Amino acid sequence: MAASPYLPTERFARWRKAKSTAVTCVLVLCALAVIAPLFLVIYFLIVHGSSSIDINFFTQLPKPTGEDGGGMANAIVGTMELLAMASIVGVPLGVLGGIYLAEYGSDKANDWLRFAADVLNGVPSIVWGMVVYLMLVVPFKTFSAYAGGVALGLMMVPLVMRTTEEVLILVPQSYREAALALGVARWKVIMVIVVRTALKGIATGVIVALARIAGETAPLLFTALGNNFWNHNLKEPIAALPLQIFAYAISPYDDWHRQAWAGALVLMALILALNITVRILSRDRTHNH
Amino acid sequence: MLPFKSTRFALFTALAALSASVSSAQMLINGAGATFPQQIYTKWFDEYQKIDPSVRFNYQGIGSGGGQKQILAETVDFGASDGPMSDDNLAKAPRTLWHIPTVAGAVVVSYNLTGNPQLNLDGPTLASIFLGTITKWNDPAIAGQNPDVKLPADDIVVVHRSDGSGTSFIFTDYLSNVSADWKQKVGKGTSVSWPVGLGGKGNAGVAGQVKQTPGAIGYVELAYAHQNKLPFATLKNASGVYMSATIDSVTAALAAATIPEDFRFSMVNSPGIAAYPICGTTWLLVYAEQKDHAKGEKLVQFLKWAYSDGEKFAAGLDYAPLPEAVVKRALDRVQSIKY
Amino acid sequence: MPGPGSRAPDIAFKWVAALAASMIIVLIVLVGWQLYAGSRMSLSKFGPSFLWSSEWDPVQDKYGALPFIFGTLVSSLLALLIAVPLGVATAIFLTELAPQKLRQPIVMAIEMLAAVPSVIFGLWGIFVLIPWLRDHLFVWLRHYFGFLPLFQGPIYGVSMLAAGIVVAIMILPIITSISREILRSVPNLQREAAYALGATRWEVLKIAVLSYARRGLFGAAVLGLGRALGETMAVTMVIGNRPQISASLFAPGYTLASVIANEFTEATSDLYLNSLFELGLVLMGVAIMVNIAAQVMLKSMTGSGPIKVN
Repeated sequence: MAASPYLPTERFARWRKAKSTAVTCVLVLCALAVIAPLFLVIYFLIVHGSSSIDINFFTQLPKPTGEDGGGMANAIVGTMELLAMASIVGVPLGVLGGIYLAEYGSDKANDWLRFAADVLNGVPSIVWGMVVYLMLVVPFKTFSAYAGGVALGLMMVPLVMRTTEEVLILVPQSYREAALALGVARWKVIMVIVVRTALKGIATGVIVALARIAGETAPLLFTALGNNFWNHNLKEPIAALPLQIFAYAISPYDDWHRQAWAGALVLMALILALNITVRILSRDRTHNH
Repeated sequence: MLPFKSTRFALFTALAALSASVSSAQMLINGAGATFPQQIYTKWFDEYQKIDPSVRFNYQGIGSGGGQKQILAETVDFGASDGPMSDDNLAKAPRTLWHIPTVAGAVVVSYNLTGNPQLNLDGPTLASIFLGTITKWNDPAIAGQNPDVKLPADDIVVVHRSDGSGTSFIFTDYLSNVSADWKQKVGKGTSVSWPVGLGGKGNAGVAGQVKQTPGAIGYVELAYAHQNKLPFATLKNASGVYMSATIDSVTAALAAATIPEDFRFSMVNSPGIAAYPICGTTWLLVYAEQKDHAKGEKLVQFLKWAYSDGEKFAAGLDYAPLPEAVVKRALDRVQSIKY
Repeated sequence: MPGPGSRAPDIAFKWVAALAASMIIVLIVLVGWQLYAGSRMSLSKFGPSFLWSSEWDPVQDKYGALPFIFGTLVSSLLALLIAVPLGVATAIFLTELAPQKLRQPIVMAIEMLAAVPSVIFGLWGIFVLIPWLRDHLFVWLRHYFGFLPLFQGPIYGVSMLAAGIVVAIMILPIITSISREILRSVPNLQREAAYALGATRWEVLKIAVLSYARRGLFGAAVLGLGRALGETMAVTMVIGNRPQISASLFAPGYTLASVIANEFTEATSDLYLNSLFELGLVLMGVAIMVNIAAQVMLKSMTGSGPIKVN
């Protein structure tokens, strides 16, 4: 082909056109192939999930192994508790870290910190499970909700930190200067003016991080462990939706398969709800991107 | 000050839910380990909750290897295993660790073949299948024992455990007993280096894999096969009789076993004429001295209940209750637990 | 007016923020150290041969990482082989071709795909994908391409190829969205110049866009690889969990992450547990190196502009 562009015959022009059209078709097919799995996953989730959900699913505890019935009430609440604990660990660390990056810190140090945050973001989630097992499960001699919350919380830190920094930088410099000129202490300027202005953006970042960790299973295997009952003490093991879905999915029981689908639908709905919240929160920020 | 309102609200609701649940504190006793007795244990714990609502037993089936490891690390209040702990591992325990036998059961060889035929197998054939030297369902070694069954020319898909498992221990203990080849190449243990096959997590995982895969063969605890309507093979026992796994044939194997002082014993390939060859008992692993007085007390109460009232649930779930003499000895052991 | 004393809370606040930011470094060191400390025994016992020994035998207490490294690399590379062409093509479609009205819904759909948790892909893999692969695609592949060792041997359903396909679906969103960012950063001038020369759409793409963005797209692929390497739950559920090195993609395999998920809580001997930690160390080492490489490539491509990675 390489030599032919210098022969501007009509036939060749048609050939070039045809080739371009063919490529266009291939691209369209590829795009379809990419979104097809999404619809296949969502379709089966809805078909199998919605026919499996009943009131028991939300109100009852799991039945003994192999018995039909029961529900995942404790796992649904357990996931909420784990997310709350993860926020307690991950949000202050992430937000403060983001403040440091945006408001203090030299350019060079910040480059390294950002780089480190991206690297940390790439640590496989199962590794967090191993590390927290060594840090919290072995020394305290018990699997616990705390350990699960910490594992998820640490995964949130780099995510929250990066988004916090990004939105703080968008706050106009003039706001800071005006307040500083009035003699307001810098930390107050940051907390009261800068952070408040960027609050929506920070919230968006936190919810994105929560949506990302809500379905994590691997870090919970060796930390939260799972629980057939309600968790009454955070120092004890706790049930979580992803753990329960995993255990039920690989089991041989039809009724557990049914409940695994129901659990998956509920988990997906939770994550989508978080994502929709993000969309609503960031609606008036989209022009910046 | 929390950085924003919506999360503050979410946190408050979550924390309110937390504190509400914490205030009604009940004792939780955590156990983990074997999936072989998981059905009866979770049944027991469900029933026992009705008798003593002040305590709940949380049991996670993570495999016998896990039960042994987690009780050694003291991350759980009791472990469960259906392979006895090795002397090396017992020596690692920080305090005296006891094996408390609970029930006995059978490990059955389940398969997924069209029409669910009833197969007869002997030990050496089974070993060859799991060694990968027999690879087709219509192999003469299988066909010879099953003249009435029309076997397909399909590949055999071996399924074994991917986690450390007492069920694997019982099964490989049996194969080591009947096949010198197996003993030399693989050996017995809760985790072994499997020559062929797919790994499934837990008894449930293996049963699930067999059910999902045409041409599969795997070993599971009897109840898992029954509940999932998986067919299982009748096996040739040490006396040359093809026996099916039933509570009676497990009890027959139990009767022929000699049980030592520390309750660690194997009952595979039992000489009893009516015995099913792949049976085992399953143990709770409990420290002789309990660190937490209240938990220790509840644990002992529960164990006493299990031996008196709990055993009656055994048969319904395809486990064999222990003979009375053994129960008596085990109860003595339980009563000497200090707390 | 603030007196000199009011500097104290200012300084304190700065330090608290600095402390929080430095947690990032602390965490990286902590993770590395814990994994190293946890694997010291197997490091000294097996030395580097751990990496190329293929034995994994808890009865003999002998451990080697090769089958897991093999499984991780093969399943991840398979995933890339499927996901990179599809993802880049979709990104081109979105930036160069798609009518404005279509772009937003497609981007949203891809973002939704990114939000599906691993365990749900696993569930879907077991009950929807695997039966279909086993009864249709694999049979077809064996029938028409069975002369290749890749597509020989018994079909189980759960397999290296199934894992590759599931991981491909999981990394498609990140590859697509980063490729899209890269393509959008190609200056319009490039395209206009090519069009002015009378190039067709495909020629514009080839000459002006792709050659310009090549490096960044490579970075996107490497980032996808980083994701694929650490995938745990979905892979555990569909790969078959068997430590073996086989030429056939129909054969089951095992990955670093999934062997840890399966065996970590139950490794009974110290050496066994240490070996699992060493697998974790290998996994983290590889994942971090791949990630760093991707960051470096993407940074040099887009200048200082932040690339959204999540």
